[in-house]
Amino acid sequence: MDFISRRRLLTTAAALPLAIPLALPLGPGALRASGVPRTLILVELNGGNDGLNTVVPYREAAYYRARPTLAVPADRVLQLDQALGLHPALEPLMPAWQDKDLAIALGVGYPRPNRSHFRSIEIWNTASDSAEVLHQGWLHQALQEAGEQASGAARLGIVLGGATGPLAGDALTTVVMKNRQQLARAAGLPENQSAASGNPALDHILSVRRQTHDAANRIAARLAKSSPLKTVFPKTSLGRQLAQAAAMIAGAVPASVIKVQQGGYDTHAGQAGRHPRLLGELAAALAAFREALIETGSWQRCLVMTYAEFGRRVGENASGGTDHGTAAPHLFMGARLRGGLLGRQPSLTDLEDGDLRHSLDFRRLYASVAADWLGLPRGLAAFGPQPPLDLFT
Amino acid sequence: MKTDVKRGRESAAKSLVLLACAGILLGSAGVGLAAPAAALSAAEARHLLVRSGTAATPAEIDALIPLSREAAVETILESAADAAATPPPAWIENWVPPRMKELSPEERKLVRRLNRERGLELRAWWMREMVTTPTPITEVMTLFWHNHFTSSLQKVKAPVLLYRQNRLLRREALGNFARLLKAVARDPAMLIYLDGAKNRKGAPNENFARELFELFTLGEGHYRETDVKEAARAFTGWGIDRRTAAFSFRRQWHDGGDKTVLSSNGPLDGDDVIDTLLEQPQTAVFIVEKLWRHFISEKPDRAEVRRLARLFRESGYEIKPLLAALFASDDFWAPENRGRLIKSPVDYIVGTVRLFNLPVSDYRDLARLSRRLGQDLFDPPNVKGWPGGTDWIVAASLLDRQAMAERVTGGRRAQGAQTVAMGGPKKRQAERARRFDDWLASQSAAWQGAEAITLLLLPVSPVDVEILDRNASGALLRQLVLDPAYQLK
Repeated sequence: MDFISRRRLLTTAAALPLAIPLALPLGPGALRASGVPRTLILVELNGGNDGLNTVVPYREAAYYRARPTLAVPADRVLQLDQALGLHPALEPLMPAWQDKDLAIALGVGYPRPNRSHFRSIEIWNTASDSAEVLHQGWLHQALQEAGEQASGAARLGIVLGGATGPLAGDALTTVVMKNRQQLARAAGLPENQSAASGNPALDHILSVRRQTHDAANRIAARLAKSSPLKTVFPKTSLGRQLAQAAAMIAGAVPASVIKVQQGGYDTHAGQAGRHPRLLGELAAALAAFREALIETGSWQRCLVMTYAEFGRRVGENASGGTDHGTAAPHLFMGARLRGGLLGRQPSLTDLEDGDLRHSLDFRRLYASVAADWLGLPRGLAAFGPQPPLDLFT
Repeated sequence: MKTDVKRGRESAAKSLVLLACAGILLGSAGVGLAAPAAALSAAEARHLLVRSGTAATPAEIDALIPLSREAAVETILESAADAAATPPPAWIENWVPPRMKELSPEERKLVRRLNRERGLELRAWWMREMVTTPTPITEVMTLFWHNHFTSSLQKVKAPVLLYRQNRLLRREALGNFARLLKAVARDPAMLIYLDGAKNRKGAPNENFARELFELFTLGEGHYRETDVKEAARAFTGWGIDRRTAAFSFRRQWHDGGDKTVLSSNGPLDGDDVIDTLLEQPQTAVFIVEKLWRHFISEKPDRAEVRRLARLFRESGYEIKPLLAALFASDDFWAPENRGRLIKSPVDYIVGTVRLFNLPVSDYRDLARLSRRLGQDLFDPPNVKGWPGGTDWIVAASLLDRQAMAERVTGGRRAQGAQTVAMGGPKKRQAERARRFDDWLASQSAAWQGAEAITLLLLPVSPVDVEILDRNASGALLRQLVLDPAYQLK
């Protein structure tokens, strides 16, 4: 099934983002010599990834007790240190780990975790508290709160997989698009005036049409000038999405955020076969992405971050799967990273309702990305009082 | 009757004449000053037909306009059926669930390929039913429940089980919600989709129980985490017979211990949990709100929702009287709620085919098109179903809808347009364009005017099209189908 059904293109106040020229400086230090903005690549692991079988606490007896059929044997993990190792299916990520292009944040979650897919991803998307309902994405909030200080920020977002989530809101012009072929059509859409009709449904359609037309013309112009990538990407849904993303970045499309999605992580049953395949696809696609961008000299402009609604229950269920849980590790990839492990692995014995207690608040990840990658001011209220992480060299 | 296409710009004075003529023309079709006050206007008849079905044809509108609102609603609801008219694919009969673990890798591959082919045939079967049904409300409600009690071929695999679930959803589409809920909890496709079949004593699988609370009855925020965990125990042992793939209760897997779910406690089983949920006033509120968003507007009126929910609960969860009350409400008819919903891909495709009586050589093409536009029948994106509303229209789907409209109407094909199969590949464009001229010519005199045709095709004024001619033409029809307002219902 290659169709991604939850796409949307966000309404923005007319002309606001479109009046901004193609290449723009970000905050201090964010401007590359080429004048092309940095790109954040968000990888949504849809369904809730099993963190304990991604970064395995291979020395802990409690892990093997909780996972009689699903545990990864200690001698098969890819050791990261004396306590933790990657699932063997993540082998393609090891070169990045050795080059310090890979950082792993441990035990990422939030207090009073919600175990509903939809509510929890909403919390992640909007950087809200567990009991607080917000509607706009964390990237929108950061740009909005930064106000004048973000006036130079690039504001084009491209969603290649899944919902707009973190980009939702009108601070970014977000284009949701399946592939490059659609760009040509988009550029040919009729132009219409931006006058509001007073009918929200019709206004939405007209806004999508206008923005698609404008953004497509800008992106198509860039891509027309770039040469095809030599790197071969895996023929998986994620591989195809990341190949598109790589082509856009290498072609200097001025997108500040590109979102992709890998589905299938809701492994309530039969996890032993499915989960390693998912991790293998993730690692292969990310490794190809890194290779392609190194090849085209654009890796310095990229930061990859994974996220998901939750990790999974510590104890496996009777269906050879795992139910909805709480905290989980997440990956960063990029040339500017310090690399290595961030934070600490949650305890497997001090649990809350059978679930891990988070050791790192997800909003600290966002705060670091906003300040140290997107060049927005530090201390934005959207991400709470906790300090950002020390991610970059 | 053939009309001449007038291309000249008309003066403002002529436009006024045109409006007057449209009024007279509509009057001749049954609406006019002489009609009883309670009779529907053509626009109202259109609104009711499009919202309760997928299209409003001139003949359907003509049949409703002599009626009062209540009589029109009753006509539509009384047409409801509890079974499909289109015979299912032959492989539905005599199906035996494959024992995948006993098959060789080649045989398994064969089963998977067969499932894929049959999955597409199943979608085509439903598409055909939606296009040809004499009772569109039945299909609209069946699809509504499919989007509520979601199950997906991706997970369930066996198309036969999704067919059986679809038969159940249609049987109770306008029947009884309590009966439907209990049947869905025993439905094999649902037991697979939400892992109920694997839910056993000692290590309960919470997947079904969680969605039962969050998505099927109460909605988020109206229950505690412990209710979900306890309810999961109550449903342990509800499984599937491996030989027949029918529901079977496995006593040895059932946790017969005491549980506390909301206000009930004791050795509860699944039906007890469902009864407890049906006692909660919030369940009726949750369902009524969802129906409101589907049929009326994105902004449910709280007081009205409470009134309708009380009626729903007091009727023992009868669906048809609830729909009658919903369609009779002032909010349903309010002009500010017309043309404010966005057509789903199914509304868009089925509605267009029904309205223009377009020939369909292979219904699998319609199923593929619907998938492309974001609504893959029997394969919702996740357990919450299709988000719908403004989510239907994003850059990609807008472009694909445009491509479909251009192809159907034989109009201009934009550069790089992908072929959207409809009415057979590579048919001559001129032939398709002529189809619209012929369709128009076959309509009664009342529907030959430009204003009447605009009212027929669009719920609000067109954005791109300026109505200049007094008479409609095939060219005008094509322009209106391409107008953004055609995406609205």
